[in-house]
Amino acid sequence: MIEVKDLYKEFNGTPVLKGISTTFEKGKTNMIIGQSGSGKTVFLKCLVGLHVPDNGIISFDGRKHTELSIKQHRKLRQEIGMVFQGGALYDSLTVEENIMFPLKMFKDQSNSEMLDRVNFVLKRVNLTDCNKKFPAEISGGMQKRVAIARAIVMNPKYLFCDEPNSGLDPNTATVIDNLIQEITQEYQIITVINSHDMNSVMEIGEKIVFLKNGVKAWEGSNKEIFKTENEAIVNFVYSSNLFRKVREAYLNEIK
Amino acid sequence: MNYLEHIGKYFIMLKQVFRKPQKWSVFREMLFREIEDLGLKSLGIITFISFFVGGVVAIQTALNVDSPFIPKYLIGFATKRSVILEFAPTFMCVILAGKVGSYISSSIGTMRVTEQIDALEVMGINSLNYLVLPKIMATMFFYPLLILLAMFLGIYGGYVAGTLTGLFYSEDYIYGVQLDFKPYFISYALTKTLVFAFVIATIPAYHGYYVKGGSLEVGRASTQAVVWTSVVIILLNYFLTQMLLG
Repeated sequence: MIEVKDLYKEFNGTPVLKGISTTFEKGKTNMIIGQSGSGKTVFLKCLVGLHVPDNGIISFDGRKHTELSIKQHRKLRQEIGMVFQGGALYDSLTVEENIMFPLKMFKDQSNSEMLDRVNFVLKRVNLTDCNKKFPAEISGGMQKRVAIARAIVMNPKYLFCDEPNSGLDPNTATVIDNLIQEITQEYQIITVINSHDMNSVMEIGEKIVFLKNGVKAWEGSNKEIFKTENEAIVNFVYSSNLFRKVREAYLNEIK
Repeated sequence: MNYLEHIGKYFIMLKQVFRKPQKWSVFREMLFREIEDLGLKSLGIITFISFFVGGVVAIQTALNVDSPFIPKYLIGFATKRSVILEFAPTFMCVILAGKVGSYISSSIGTMRVTEQIDALEVMGINSLNYLVLPKIMATMFFYPLLILLAMFLGIYGGYVAGTLTGLFYSEDYIYGVQLDFKPYFISYALTKTLVFAFVIATIPAYHGYYVKGGSLEVGRASTQAVVWTSVVIILLNYFLTQMLLG
């Protein structure tokens, strides 16, 4: 479990996260949602260690980030997989080399063992026949899948995804959502997704943390989101006509 | 940000760069790649420029030495000295600062804005050590060889220019080149090259690594990197010349 307590972060005197506390559980797809500028990305970057919080504690299965030595920190980082918004694949490396990269850095395996593992994860994300291609030669959806494959190649305990659906068509977005959810359940990892995509939130959001102006304004599941009366989340999620109608239909069905 | 802050940040960056590589096999692979990208791919431009610069120096000297009291072998002597002391190490390094410096800062800057550097950090990799150390090693290893080649080609370019234009006899030129040869000048030129190679690898890396924003900022960082690298090379050239020859 990832536990966050009173997380506080500011930049040049401007507070961005104002005392966020929450937990993310194993085997669940946890989602962080909120408007642009609400602090989602900063929150995610604090979780993965790209930003150092000014205050508060982040605990990974009891290991508090503030109490870890450099060596322990490094070990913890190897248990983290991350899918970046743009994929963040290395342009000069082929798909195969991109996925093999963490193995080369941290595992003492032979080339054939590493290749086997690469082929296994590529198959897992339903990608074949693109091993030797460069990132620029494959589509955006395929790049996201390669990024997921790279994130899971080390068998991480924690998977973080920063807007994995951005820039993808609805079909591909659903494929990516389902893939992340399947991987989360299959490997029993803790997945935290930062998303704007309300379809994803409704589809796979087993736990949702809603941020507003750097404060946790609401948390619950995708089922609870329909029933909640919390004004902040209702205004955010049901800002579109389509979702308002879906909600009305759902509530009428319950009645 | 003021200049002092930049200088401080630059040295803090160097502290992170000079750590033990996390995996030697990966470092070796990166080193060979950088030798190819930063060194071998610069062979063409260095060959071309040094040959013609040597030729121009020889022609200019010949045209300016028209007094019958000045022996013609001085043309070869002056060309040799100019090429070994300044044109090969300093001029070629300024050229390399433009070519390689913009490449280093734009490639690292693009990695920064596309979150590739964040991806390295999340994996627990010291991104500065991984990206910059092989570049420093590659330039410091390969540029002295490149400058030795530039010296040879510069002097040879002078010889070819003289024989083609008929401004001086080849025997006079060769005699001048051989006259009062001081091996220390080669050491001096190579010492300068080592320092400049370090500057060419690190200043653009600094500008690229700390870039914020998008493609426009990467372009700006690239320009700044080339300007500052050239300025630092010229300044260091002055101080090194004072220290080593003064």
